Amino acid sequence: MFGNTIQYGKTILDFSYLVAAILFVVGLKLLSKPESAKRGNLWAAAGMLLAIVTTLILHRDNSGNNIPLTNTIVIIAVISVGTVVGSVIARRVKMTAMPQMVSFYNATGGGASALVALMEFSNLKNTSPLVTLLGLIIGSIAFSGSMIAYGKLNGKIKDWKSPAMKYVNLLMLALIVGITAFMLVAESPIVAPEILLYSLFALSLVYGVFFVMPIGGADMPVVISLLNSFTGIAAAMAGFIYDNQAMILGGIFVGAAGTILTLLMCKAMNRSLLSVIIGAFGGGGAAAGEKEMGTIKEISLSDASVLLNYSKKVVIIPGYGLAAAQAQHVCSELDKLLTERGVEVKYAIHPVAGRMPGHMNVLLAEADVPYEKLVEMDEINPDMPNTDVAIIIGANDVVNPAAIDDPSSPIYGMPIINAREAKNIIVMKRGMGKGYAAIENSLFYHDKTRMLFGDAKDTLQKLLSEIKNL
Amino acid sequence: MEQVLIYFSENREAIFIILLSIFLGIEVISNVPSVLHTPLMSGANAISGVIIIGGIILLGHADLSEFSLELVLGIMAVLFGTLNVAGGFVVTDRMLNMFKKNKKG
Repeated sequence: MFGNTIQYGKTILDFSYLVAAILFVVGLKLLSKPESAKRGNLWAAAGMLLAIVTTLILHRDNSGNNIPLTNTIVIIAVISVGTVVGSVIARRVKMTAMPQMVSFYNATGGGASALVALMEFSNLKNTSPLVTLLGLIIGSIAFSGSMIAYGKLNGKIKDWKSPAMKYVNLLMLALIVGITAFMLVAESPIVAPEILLYSLFALSLVYGVFFVMPIGGADMPVVISLLNSFTGIAAAMAGFIYDNQAMILGGIFVGAAGTILTLLMCKAMNRSLLSVIIGAFGGGGAAAGEKEMGTIKEISLSDASVLLNYSKKVVIIPGYGLAAAQAQHVCSELDKLLTERGVEVKYAIHPVAGRMPGHMNVLLAEADVPYEKLVEMDEINPDMPNTDVAIIIGANDVVNPAAIDDPSSPIYGMPIINAREAKNIIVMKRGMGKGYAAIENSLFYHDKTRMLFGDAKDTLQKLLSEIKNL
Repeated sequence: MEQVLIYFSENREAIFIILLSIFLGIEVISNVPSVLHTPLMSGANAISGVIIIGGIILLGHADLSEFSLELVLGIMAVLFGTLNVAGGFVVTDRMLNMFKKNKKG
């Protein structure tokens, strides 16, 4: 038969894509259990390597030409550079900076999708203009949005809110849809397709910026997860251009998984995705009904150290403030010292503590806190009344009783760690600033509560030496 | 109605793949302990770097004899895709290593 060799190669390639897709699915499945997570990551990476290598060797374009040797060399060179740069950055980055790193790499994936779509749109053999444009739009939004998210988490970009933004965004979205429809339907070239294509590219980039700009605080992980699923969908769209099953399946799979993860995060905070996107939560509005809640009582370092030293059971409730102060190592030292003195120390982990769900676990694991000491919210809450001291380090909203008591509060209904049930409560905070939700926390005015103001790392360090001297 | 059916039959493979992948994605993620949310997000992120194949195809058939937009965009696409893949898997591995080390100790 004619073209037998081409068919043969294509079948092997398709088969290897199937194997790669299975490896992605199995990999993610293994990643979702603590015992097998590391293996899962390796399997997914192996799937990716397989797909890359077989594509390089076996890919044929529509006319049956394989990838020429010179091109292969160029590709391998670029991949080598990317691998070295990518993994060196990934190895050097601090654990506290993990969320922005994830966001940065997400941006590169979205950017790659946008570039592929940008190039392939004018390819005459391309029979699917709709998915190509969708890939361009979604990829560009994921790119610029993730870059802004990266900058924000890094502290380089501040929130930027304006009531007018909602309308500007809606207008831009309408323009994007309009131009896309026009490009697909219009026959007569009133405007050159290239100009339309590049305006669409530019508009989507700007839209990504405007979309993420107003979102802040604990809503960021939700947005990063959402943009992550966008990148998957954009990759799938590019997969349709090349009729490439590995890209389609991998992309849609990540898109779906990412969307579910996004919704899970929203659920943990009792927020709807829509309210995150519109950004109605953070900022002004909620603070309006503020009332005097009582007086704040401070505690001295020596009193705090005595209290801790002679407790039986201490629960540490870490929050974003701990991560920001990079205090997890000192915190772990304090924990070790107390444990040596016969105090039972546990950590209460709220699902959204830190900057991403599970981020706090990673940070504490880095600081050598044993895995068994990290207790999830639902398990620690029944134990709180037996707790002698609850130490709240840089956490705010995750312990705010308003979530239970005050139906008018924006966080009403959000599950919290029941710190107020503990016999004593010590709150470490930089000052009386409010959490991302910008709501007063009545816990800080509670009879049982004592405040320890200052930088978390600094305060913990001083507390540590006080206890050592006892 | 007929048009819907025609569209469905013409694209049925794609529709099957999309729907099944969506269910698969939901199924895989739905019972994840929150401890693993961040590594999982990062791992999924690395997989979305599968777009690198698109970049390879683009650059693989680009004309290298002259400087063109296709060449520049192809190189950028492959580079971005590689960063996503390599960086993503390494970051995920690093996070997971921390859990492992502590389980032993």
